[in-house]
Amino acid sequence: MSVVTLQVDGRDVAVPAGSTLLQAIRAAGLSVPTLCDLEGLEPVGACRLCLVELEGSQRLLPACASEASEGQVIRTDTAQLQGYRRMAVELFFAEGNHVCAFCVANGTCELQDVAVAVGMDHSRFPYQYPQRSVDASHPRFSLDHNRCILCTRCVRVCDQIEGAHVWDVAERGSDCRIVAGLDQPWGEVDACTSCGKCVDVCPTGALFAKEDTTAEKHPHPERAGQLRRAREQRQWIS
Amino acid sequence: MARTIVIDPVTRIEGHAKITLHLDDDGHLVDSRFHVVEYRGFETFCEGRPFTEMAGITARICGICPVSHLLAAAKTGDKLLAVAIPPAAVKLRRLLNLAQITQSHALSFFHLSSPDFLLGWESDPARRNIFGLMAADPELARAGIRLRQFGQQILELLGGRKIHLAWAVPGGVRSPLSLEARDWILARLPEAQATIRLALELHKRQLDGPLQQEQRLFGSFPSLFMGLVTPAGLWEHLEGQLRFRASDGRIVADGLREDDYASFLAEAVEPWSYLKFPYYRPLGYPDGLYRVGPLARLNVCDRIGSPWADRELTEFRQRSGQVAISSFAYHHARLVEIVACLEAIATLVEDPQLMSGRVRSHASLNRNEAVGVSEAPRGTLFHHYRVDDDGLLTKVNLIIATGQNNLAMNRTVHQIARAYIPDPVPAGVEIPEALLNRLEAGIRCFDPCLSCSTHAAGQMPLAISLVAADGRVLAERCRG
Repeated sequence: MSVVTLQVDGRDVAVPAGSTLLQAIRAAGLSVPTLCDLEGLEPVGACRLCLVELEGSQRLLPACASEASEGQVIRTDTAQLQGYRRMAVELFFAEGNHVCAFCVANGTCELQDVAVAVGMDHSRFPYQYPQRSVDASHPRFSLDHNRCILCTRCVRVCDQIEGAHVWDVAERGSDCRIVAGLDQPWGEVDACTSCGKCVDVCPTGALFAKEDTTAEKHPHPERAGQLRRAREQRQWIS
Repeated sequence: MARTIVIDPVTRIEGHAKITLHLDDDGHLVDSRFHVVEYRGFETFCEGRPFTEMAGITARICGICPVSHLLAAAKTGDKLLAVAIPPAAVKLRRLLNLAQITQSHALSFFHLSSPDFLLGWESDPARRNIFGLMAADPELARAGIRLRQFGQQILELLGGRKIHLAWAVPGGVRSPLSLEARDWILARLPEAQATIRLALELHKRQLDGPLQQEQRLFGSFPSLFMGLVTPAGLWEHLEGQLRFRASDGRIVADGLREDDYASFLAEAVEPWSYLKFPYYRPLGYPDGLYRVGPLARLNVCDRIGSPWADRELTEFRQRSGQVAISSFAYHHARLVEIVACLEAIATLVEDPQLMSGRVRSHASLNRNEAVGVSEAPRGTLFHHYRVDDDGLLTKVNLIIATGQNNLAMNRTVHQIARAYIPDPVPAGVEIPEALLNRLEAGIRCFDPCLSCSTHAAGQMPLAISLVAADGRVLAERCRG
């Protein structure tokens, strides 16, 4: 197994070739905030929270979707990056309708945790208060578009782990949203196996079990990685 | 100006009011109005949300009585699920409401109203608050604060937090009462009982002494009273059915179900207030004026059903009439209700069923429309939801206790103004501070949510205008 060595915030780190910068950062004992990234799912670089600086480059790189290379010098926590991360989180809050007070995910929400981590005490951007709907047509689960940050974890887990590919992303810009099937009510999509993996990995309260009330959601984002590992390592086959 | 509703952008939540006094050409008082100048819009912005969120959303309506909305929403949710909740959950919810009524009544009496009684109507407004009370009678203030803490602590023991807990859910409650929590309640009960005994003795002495005029002049008029009673006609706060009783003691309507509220209640709207004016439909508007809350609950029930509270109820009726018509008697009624709550809490925590078995029934949506009811500290609270087949709300109607007392609060203000301002009002009159305070106190009898920010923060933001027949404002006093 070949290895690449690089420097992250002044620390030398060696990771297997093909690793992402995010893996290298974690191998160095450091962390950057993430929302779309999840172990077990292919990275997409959607949330832009894990942007890092690469010495010698003007471009910021999404650590989750960038491959680590030999000799790179990476910075993860500069004033510029802190500012951008806070701005990105503020924009998440401003573009949706995120009301923690009565949300099912209050207390277990990754967006909430990230907001605390980046020091967001308010949004400098005007709240857009978009008119978004709730799809409660599924017998067991609901999708609240107001709380969706378009991380696409649900899209990927359904496609890459469950193999049902119920979810997709439709429209563009501020109209961009998750759709079920061919933009149908979720409950009418035959492909859905009602496995609940999308609910397990959703970082916010956008996907939730119908019976859950305020702060009752118990997400299981670790399950995507568990299932992927078990499958790849054939843990269930003696 | 006096005839214009002004929405102050600072006033987002309860606590902002305006009173206008209207004079004819000769300077005689012809009308008094209590304006609520805040708008919150809960009924509209809840539309489109899943009904399961309503307990969490509506608990946010009020920081003083979130439990009342929580319970009304959970009960409405039970009906949408069409489930019978487990017996332990029924009792746990009752315990929650009893604790809520105790803490809210303690707040109303000790923090908000007693400074008027103990420090005097004409005392320095800067000291006429709980802090002034602490300076004047630290033991009483401490006891009152600890009585409120007793109720608040039970809320936290049950629901994990004192304010905006989301512990009651459609189908029951989230968690049972722990043994440690039960022991804490049992240990603190004697102190709470001693405090309310002290408060009752003190208040009765005041009623016999310096507060006699207030009992006659603060909203003393015949009206209907509405509240929940048990099937046997006993005092009730969460289940049972609704009863209307008239001032002459007649039971006007009995055994009313909350589902049928639209058949006996209607709401009028006045252009000068955001608070609607509910009335008893058969009598029309405004003759269908009725009162809710502690006074009404004591008036509609035959008896309370526990020994100490029944003794206090008997004395209450001896003092204020078999049906008490003075709104000032709300204060005494609150203290009697605290006695009732403490006795009921003592019985409940010794009930083995409270500590055992299931606390939540599980089901999916089975109905599209439901009405839930609870007795908030301030009076009867209705939640009415209509949902689509997916459980998303298509219509929400909330009938709040403070609203149901709106007509009575207006009449109370008018009665106090008539008694205390000169007739006719001479030109260029200054409204004395004592009148301002008495008008405030008239409103405070009802303990409306508006008073959440009254004495507790020092002063009630209140504006009074004296308006001539041609609409000119003769005098204004503002606070807050």
